[in-house]
Amino acid sequence: MLIKRPKDVKPSEITPLGIYRRRREFVATAGVLALGAVSGMGTKPAIAQDGAKLKGFGKSKFSTTEKANAIKDVSGYVNYYEFGTDKTDPPQYAKKLKTQPWTVVVEGAVKKPRTFGIEELMKMQMEERIYRLRCVEAWSMVIPWIGFEFNKLANLVEPTGNAKFVEFHTALQPDNMPGVRLPVLDWPYIEGLRIDEAMNPLTILSMGMYDEVLPNQNGAPVRLVVPWKYGFKSGKSIVKIRFVEKQPRTAWEKANPQEYGFYSNVNPDVDHPRWSQKTEKRLPAFFANHKTQLFNGYSEQVASLYTGMDLRKNY
Amino acid sequence: MRLSERAIRTVKASLFVIALLPLAHLAAGAFIFPDWLGVNPAEYITRSTGDWTLRLLLLTLTVTPLRRLTGWTWVLRVRRMLGLFTFFYSVMHVSSYVSFDHVFDVGEILKDIVKRPFITVGFSCLVLMTPLAATSTNRMVRRLGAKRWLLLHRLAYLIAPLGVLHFWWMVKRDLTEPIVYALLLSVLLGYRIVARLAARHPAKSQPLRA
Repeated sequence: MLIKRPKDVKPSEITPLGIYRRRREFVATAGVLALGAVSGMGTKPAIAQDGAKLKGFGKSKFSTTEKANAIKDVSGYVNYYEFGTDKTDPPQYAKKLKTQPWTVVVEGAVKKPRTFGIEELMKMQMEERIYRLRCVEAWSMVIPWIGFEFNKLANLVEPTGNAKFVEFHTALQPDNMPGVRLPVLDWPYIEGLRIDEAMNPLTILSMGMYDEVLPNQNGAPVRLVVPWKYGFKSGKSIVKIRFVEKQPRTAWEKANPQEYGFYSNVNPDVDHPRWSQKTEKRLPAFFANHKTQLFNGYSEQVASLYTGMDLRKNY
Repeated sequence: MRLSERAIRTVKASLFVIALLPLAHLAAGAFIFPDWLGVNPAEYITRSTGDWTLRLLLLTLTVTPLRRLTGWTWVLRVRRMLGLFTFFYSVMHVSSYVSFDHVFDVGEILKDIVKRPFITVGFSCLVLMTPLAATSTNRMVRRLGAKRWLLLHRLAYLIAPLGVLHFWWMVKRDLTEPIVYALLLSVLLGYRIVARLAARHPAKSQPLRA
């Protein structure tokens, strides 16, 4: 009898994530690692190693010509609360983040729900996007991300008419994340976008920066980048993407609804209750040195998403 | 533990140098070793001077309980210096806010003070600390008279909780550090309340046992 096997099947596509992970534990504890190797299940291409080079990505017309930050700025000064609330905690502790194996479950209001192995996402045609990043804390940087437009992934799973919003679930690895011992935020960190925001060509899934795979502290192995919103909207280390009908309740909104709204578009005219958003400090610098621009300077691409909306109310 | 006059002078001199170390660290980072202060040096300086203000404030408030519990009277001799260093770091803290955050824009600063409660509280601390620093000399103690001087300097019991509140309201989400400061402060202030009650009603605690 001839058993035909489809060519591209990966274990991560046919096995739910939880069982898939337990399989590894089982294999390990049973002491039959060789079995895994023989069946080809225990081995993975080494792609998410720190500093591995990325190749074959194109340039983009959406890139800014502003001078990019040094990589040490971007990887050394990070908000990634799962590893601690100081900017220098993530560079110190994120080494423990386990990025292999990694899958991204895509489900909800879609015709073809699917689980992507990270190696499949790495095969997508990528390009460099040099974006401004404006943090809600009034500092900013310029970062050359490498990734692909989120809409390309969405098109593979075919969202239905019920898909009004997209939820992004990020990794929760309590054993590897010292910051989640305290209920600083409602873990796992969940972010969300309206479907038209998610499908906008500026919204990308990023796997790398500066010609390299993402450092763990910057959201390895795959993160969201939404350049016209405050940085916290761009979730790191994404494990699940859900297309949903109702507006998701996001992590910071749950934590402090008076200060952080669902939209969180960069807007110099809407202050954070505790500080002004009129100016920003383009790091590294001592003084605020830039006027903050509406939608972080991406009005041309995104302003039409919000016509007729009161941006003060929908902060 | 009784210390000779000479020993006290040595303690004071050492303490003076130690209290300047945080400032030396910041200055070296700002002018010589930029890596020390990271990508956002202004934020580092503002946070660090704020932290040291609170730490020194708590340390100043530790002097009296320490003397009562240990009987060491010499610790009283360093209290003024600790208090003045608290004021010194608070001035550095406010200066970094005024310069780095607002580039000396008085209008913006005034708006900030009115509009943002954590700034209002922080600014009140500075205002309340100023007369204490100004009346710290022996001559001022004499001019005011010990009683009035003591009364005035009880403001410290208001300044300290306000300082912790300022930190509490500043923090974005992780309250661990403000909670630690608040707990330490409640121990220090709680001790005083208990000691005072005990002094006022020395007999009251006894009958319970009878």
